[in-house]
Amino acid sequence: MLEVKNLHKSFGEAHVLKGISTSFEKGKTSLVIGQSGSGKTVFLKSLLGLHTPEEGEISFDGRVFSKLNQHEKRQIRKEIGMVFQGSALYDSMTVEENVMFPLKMFTEDNKVQMLQRVNSVLERVNLTHANAKYPSELSGGMKKRVAIARAIVLNPKYLFCDEPNSGLDPQTAILIDNLIREITREYDIITVINTHDMNSVMEIGDKIVFLKDGVKAWEGTKEDIFRTDNEAVVNFVYSSKLYKKVREAYLNDK
Amino acid sequence: MTNLEHIGAYFLMLKEVFKKPQKWKVFWELLSREIDDLGLKSLGIVAFIGFFVGGVVAIQTALNVDSPFIPKYLIGFATKRSMILEFAPTFISVILAGKVGSYITSSIGTMRVTEQIDALEIMGINSLNYLVLPKVVAVLFFYPILVILAMFLGILGGWVAGILTDLFFTEDYITGIQLEFNPYFVKYAIIKTLVFAFVIVTVSAYHGHKVQGGALEVGRASTKAVVWTSVVIILLNYFLTQMLLG
Repeated sequence: MLEVKNLHKSFGEAHVLKGISTSFEKGKTSLVIGQSGSGKTVFLKSLLGLHTPEEGEISFDGRVFSKLNQHEKRQIRKEIGMVFQGSALYDSMTVEENVMFPLKMFTEDNKVQMLQRVNSVLERVNLTHANAKYPSELSGGMKKRVAIARAIVLNPKYLFCDEPNSGLDPQTAILIDNLIREITREYDIITVINTHDMNSVMEIGDKIVFLKDGVKAWEGTKEDIFRTDNEAVVNFVYSSKLYKKVREAYLNDK
Repeated sequence: MTNLEHIGAYFLMLKEVFKKPQKWKVFWELLSREIDDLGLKSLGIVAFIGFFVGGVVAIQTALNVDSPFIPKYLIGFATKRSMILEFAPTFISVILAGKVGSYITSSIGTMRVTEQIDALEIMGINSLNYLVLPKVVAVLFFYPILVILAMFLGILGGWVAGILTDLFFTEDYITGIQLEFNPYFVKYAIIKTLVFAFVIVTVSAYHGHKVQGGALEVGRASTKAVVWTSVVIILLNYFLTQMLLG
């Protein structure tokens, strides 16, 4: 389990995270939602160890990150896969080289073994026949697939995704969402996704954490989100007419 | 950040750069790629500039030596001395600060703004060591070769200029370049080159690695890197000359 206790983070005068506590379970896709400026990205970067919180604890299956030495921290980082908003693929490398990169850095596998692993994860994300292409030759959806393949190539225990659907058409976005959910269940990993996308909330939100002004304002499942009367959540999630109607239909149905 | 804070941050960066590479095999691969990118791809411009600067020095010296009491072989001697002592190491380094320095800042800066550096760090990879150390080793190995090439081509350029302009005779020029050869001057030039090469890579990498924002900031960082690298090279040139020749 990934547990967060009383997390505080400030940048100068700005107190961005104000005592967030929550937990994320194995085999479930957990979504962190909230308006721009609510502290989602800072929260995710704190989980990843890119920001050091002033107060609070982040524990990876009982290992409190701030209490670990450099070697132990590096060990945890090897167990983390990350899918960035812009994919963050290495421009100078082909698809195959991008996915092979973590294997090259952290395993003693030979070229044949590495290639086998690369091809199997590329197949898993439904991206075959693109091994020799460079990131600049790929579409947005393909880049996301490569980023997911790179994130899972070392069999991570934790998968973090920062707005994996941004810039994608609705159909591709749903495919990427479903792929992340399938991988989460198949590999039995802890997945935390930062998103603005309400389709993702409805589609794959096993757990949803709603942040408002650096505070956890609500948490629950995608079913709970239909029933909640938390004003901040309702205003955020059902800001469009379409989702308002979806909610009304759901409640009438019940 | 104040200038003093930048200097502090630069030295803290160096501490991270000079750590043992996480994987030697990957380091050697990167090193060969950097020798190609930063060294071999600069051969053309270094050869071109070295040749023509030598030509210009020879012509200018010839035009200024109009007294019959000054021997013509001094043209070759002055061209050789100027190329070895100053034009090859310093002039070529300033040119490379523009070409290679801006390339390093913009490539590392783009990696920073497109989160590629974050991706390295999340994996537990020391991004400074991974990205900068192979560049430093590549230029320290290759730039002395480039500067020695520029010295030879400069002296050759001077001779070709003399033939084309009829300002001096080949015999005089050859006598001049053979006169009073001091191997310490070549050593001095190579020491300067090594220091300048180190400055070009590390100052440019520092500016690239700390970029925040987007494409505009990457452009600004590249300009800043070239300006600061050139300033540091000129200042160090003064101090090194004073220390090594004074």
